[in-house]
Amino acid sequence: MTIGTDILRPDQILTPDQVARGMTGDAGVVTTTVEKAVNWARSNAVWPALFGLACCAIEMMHTQASRQDLSRFGMEVMRASPRQSDMIIVAGRLSRKMAPVIRRIYDQMPEPKWVISMGDCASCGGVFNNYALVQGVDEIIPVDVYVPGCPPRPEALIQGILKLHEKIQAEKLDGWRDRAPQDDRA
Amino acid sequence: MIGALIQGMGVTLRTMFRKPLTVQYPEHKRPVAERFRGRHELKRYENGLERCIGCSLCSAACPADAILVVPAENSDEQRFSPGERFAEVYEINMMRCIFCGFCEEACPTDAIVLEHEYELAAYDRRETIYTKDMLLVPPGASGDDTPQDTRGRDVPFRMGGMDYFSVPIVARIGAAPGTAPVPAAPSEPDTAPEAQAPSL
Repeated sequence: MTIGTDILRPDQILTPDQVARGMTGDAGVVTTTVEKAVNWARSNAVWPALFGLACCAIEMMHTQASRQDLSRFGMEVMRASPRQSDMIIVAGRLSRKMAPVIRRIYDQMPEPKWVISMGDCASCGGVFNNYALVQGVDEIIPVDVYVPGCPPRPEALIQGILKLHEKIQAEKLDGWRDRAPQDDRA
Repeated sequence: MIGALIQGMGVTLRTMFRKPLTVQYPEHKRPVAERFRGRHELKRYENGLERCIGCSLCSAACPADAILVVPAENSDEQRFSPGERFAEVYEINMMRCIFCGFCEEACPTDAIVLEHEYELAAYDRRETIYTKDMLLVPPGASGDDTPQDTRGRDVPFRMGGMDYFSVPIVARIGAAPGTAPVPAAPSEPDTAPEAQAPSL
């Protein structure tokens, strides 16, 4: 195959499913394999940044503790530093005063990064439908998985995490910048 | 010093032979408590009619304003629930819901019950709004799906310890005795009148 006019289009060598997932170029076989390997590695070592804001944080600690044991999923370390974390679990109600902080922490995390919104308050404000609280952290940062519950059981959080793993395993290698507008000041 | 070291390592040694505490969650699910409040379900009577009569008391009791009820009128041709009205739209926003169970307490017909399902995670906020067809349980073996055609048959039901009839009481006893068609005996009442009254 010569590079030029008779180059194969992506839809001639890729299945429609692969085209829908955004795979392009002639090296389709190679990129799918690399993508699979990278996604497998990423989904099996998602280090969470702890962002406990309220009572959901108690359940988050419980999830981390020995009975539920998040290290079964390669998440044994809750990093207090955003620079070392891949995923942030927002656990609890987010006040408007706290909103710039969480945005800054999110911007400081290295890509690729994911967000789990744990509990009613983080997901949409929950029972606190008032001026003081952000009605859902997705006003501030892009959320991948919402976990309803007040607070969710540890099992419910783990189910959300497993849903996130499924999402990571179906992701593309590029396109991270398109997910949310980035803040260059971080 | 050596003694303290041995003592400390003894604790470590002891825990090595202890049974692991960890629950292997996705494979093995720990049973929840009997009174655990999880995802809601809308219940039915044994004859398949929906218990919900669209009174919106659950919606009024909800501290998080998570429930939306839009009632509509029943008719004998298209009957969803005994009584005058049924819930045409019944939506619960699981993200607002705090699973307090006030809706369950407020319900006069025990239509809404918080069951034991807790796996509710979603990729999208819109996915967490549960509509009536997601909440309503399927009809049991002895009942038909709604709407039912109840023309010509009586639909007795029991609510708050009292007997109600789908045919208005005036039509039943207003006419002179002997001329009014007396409905047949309750074919499939939900609870016998002498059974215990539903707890409210």
